[in-house]
Amino acid sequence: MDFELTDDQIALQEGLRSFCSGRFPIEVVRAVEATGGIDRDRWRELADMGTFALRLAEDAGGVGLGTADAVLAFEELGRALVPGPLVWTHLAAGLVDGAATGEVVVTGIERDDASGVIEFPATADVLLILDTDGAWRVDVADLALAPLDPPLDPLTPVARLTAPLPQGAKVLDAGPAAELRLTGAALTAGQLLGISTATTDLAVAFAKERVQFDRPIGQFQALKHLMADMLTRSEVARGAVYAAGVTVDDPEVGPVARAVAAAKLTAGEAAVENTKTCVQVHGGMGYTWEVDAHLQLKRAYVLDAAFGGREHWAEAMADLAFT
Amino acid sequence: MDLRYSESDLAFRAELRSWLADVLPTLPPKPAPDDWPARRDWDTGWQRQLFEAGYAGINWPKEYGGRGATLTEQLIYLEETTRAGAPYIGVNFVGMLHAGPTVMAEASEEQKAFHLPRILRGEEVWCQGFSEPGAGSDLASLSCKAFRDGDHYVVTGQKIWTSFAQVADWCELLVRTDASSKHKGITWLICPMDLPGIEIRPLRTIVGSSEFSEVFFDEVRVPVSQRVGDENDGWRIAMVTFSFERGTGFISDLVETDKMISELVELAKRVTRKGATAWDDVALRREIGQMQAQMDALWAMTKRNLAQAERNGVPGVGGSVVKLYYSELFQRLTDVAMRLLERASLSRDDVGQLVGSGSFVEERLRSTSFTIAAGTSQIQRNIVAERILGLPKDR
Ligand SMILES: Cc1cc2nc3c(=O)[nH]c(=O)nc-3n(C[C@H](O)[C@H](O)[C@H](O)COP(=O)(O)OP(=O)(O)OC[C@H]3O[C@@H](n4cnc5c(N)ncnc54)[C@H](O)[C@@H]3O)c2cc1C
Repeated sequence: MDFELTDDQIALQEGLRSFCSGRFPIEVVRAVEATGGIDRDRWRELADMGTFALRLAEDAGGVGLGTADAVLAFEELGRALVPGPLVWTHLAAGLVDGAATGEVVVTGIERDDASGVIEFPATADVLLILDTDGAWRVDVADLALAPLDPPLDPLTPVARLTAPLPQGAKVLDAGPAAELRLTGAALTAGQLLGISTATTDLAVAFAKERVQFDRPIGQFQALKHLMADMLTRSEVARGAVYAAGVTVDDPEVGPVARAVAAAKLTAGEAAVENTKTCVQVHGGMGYTWEVDAHLQLKRAYVLDAAFGGREHWAEAMADLAFT
Repeated sequence: MDLRYSESDLAFRAELRSWLADVLPTLPPKPAPDDWPARRDWDTGWQRQLFEAGYAGINWPKEYGGRGATLTEQLIYLEETTRAGAPYIGVNFVGMLHAGPTVMAEASEEQKAFHLPRILRGEEVWCQGFSEPGAGSDLASLSCKAFRDGDHYVVTGQKIWTSFAQVADWCELLVRTDASSKHKGITWLICPMDLPGIEIRPLRTIVGSSEFSEVFFDEVRVPVSQRVGDENDGWRIAMVTFSFERGTGFISDLVETDKMISELVELAKRVTRKGATAWDDVALRREIGQMQAQMDALWAMTKRNLAQAERNGVPGVGGSVVKLYYSELFQRLTDVAMRLLERASLSRDDVGQLVGSGSFVEERLRSTSFTIAAGTSQIQRNIVAERILGLPKDR
């Protein structure tokens, strides 16, 4: 047992981190608000980095890495708030032509999702539908949609289905579709983890700079303790998120669904609680559109709800662990 | 990242598990909580059994008679012993986990040769004389004073919350040897507990028993040869003592917490309300599911800490994060038990069919100490904020 990143994993993590800071600085991220949440050119750059083809076998044109690696990549994407249906397109690689190469943008939904909310309605090409029988594809252009405006997250535009989902064309059977759902939850947990640490860094940096009562506010114990809790939540979630990636790849080390439940739940908790705290640490500035804290907060809520929210996973965990 | 146990890890686990299965049923019944001599015998008897089977000092290096196990084996050891309900380390706690390792790191060869084998065999019980009425979180402000008189230090002052003092042979004692410097005026002594002038007054704890005591020193003459390290260098040595709490220090508490969550589920299945069991209530299942998720995450983090310690000699984010998280999780789960039990929580004996209700009530009371002992949660948060996040110090 050696539950620490390998040198290759560290290289992957650092590669993506510098890619994101070079190609997705916050100005670029914010600018996609005007283009339906996606910038096609940058989307292809993400594909070139292997974001979507990461777990696809090499002979299928992929990078041939595992979920443990993918989780690290998605942590970086989350940290940088890279917008778009990243996890769905990644899951669609190999199932939907063009997803792996970034030509086709894939969004997704659970068939029994009563909200009928579709993400990236104006920019995604294909909708992937998961249900108990498998995974299905539908062209977004064929959906009957009504606008929903404004969205919670300005960088995650949404619309609402006005007619029942079409059945679609089957791309996957029930078993692998269920695995896909767990992988999606694990990768989303990676993004949430990235947000939870980025928002901690943002709060700490601000608290060292901002002066009130003639001292940096980071000297006030009330704030120190809030930020200590941010770090604690993130680090505990990190254990679960990495373990989920490893377990998806190597189910002999433990039950996959349980590992994913722990990851998605604790990462969601860390991201939502930490982003709220970051706003609080910023005071009035935290309430503005200008400071990035609100973008982190909003994305945290978006991703916390994706692939099963905390309520879902808490109940699932009780069933998985105790029945 | 790899979570697989090696062949030798699995073999170690199997061997330990079968030894525990053989030996645990042969243990005598647990003594009454307030029968301290009997408790000492029971705990040290277990230590002796561990020693004879080669499991004593699992984390101690081989040169000091320990098993010198890898960190992964230590994790397995703590997991298996706690799961199997093996006796808690009990009165051996200070000797095995604090004083022994400190002696190994800082004491003279004679001191090592004298104490370490005895601690391992369960022949010596230690207590920790650090805290004082005026010096708890601010330990370095301690004032129990010692002055040199020939070959002796003459110690006068008071210690408090000293766990197991009434059955201890030795005390790791911090004394003030220089009043003009706060941190550089402290000395670390090995004080025999049978010296004239020591008076022990047991304190009754929140659970009604007397795990800890006040210890009064009235011109107690401690030989200078009992000093560890240099005079006035005791604060540094105390920091060494504290550092042994990191790494594997809290692992058995984590396994215990995990076990308690399962027991809470069993309790919830026994509690009936409105014709159904409490476990049928989805709100409760979610709440317990959330705690289990947090527990699993904490356990995964511990494995990461161990991997980092194995590689760089320093555990990842350290003990403060672990302690903060598990202590509050444990308290929350005993709170849920109190809410579940409603009026059945009025007794510390099991009420009717509610097997285990009494122990949950007791754990609710006992766990109030988890966020106080070994550095309060507020102090842990200060440490995380200042040492990990680099936030500016208050002073
Ligand atoms: C079960 C148990 C066993 C123990 N066993 C031993 C033992 O064997 N040997 C031994 O030496 N000691 C022992 N202790 C003592 C323990 O180490 C102290 O209780 C602990 O360090 C806190 O000190 P205190 O009790 O003086 O509380 P105080 O330091 O007075 O703290 C009171 C409150 O003030 C808060 N506070 C204090 N300073 C700060 C600060 N800087 N910032 C924010 N909040 C602050 C604390 O968090 C706490 O809430 C034991 C305690 C318990 C509960």
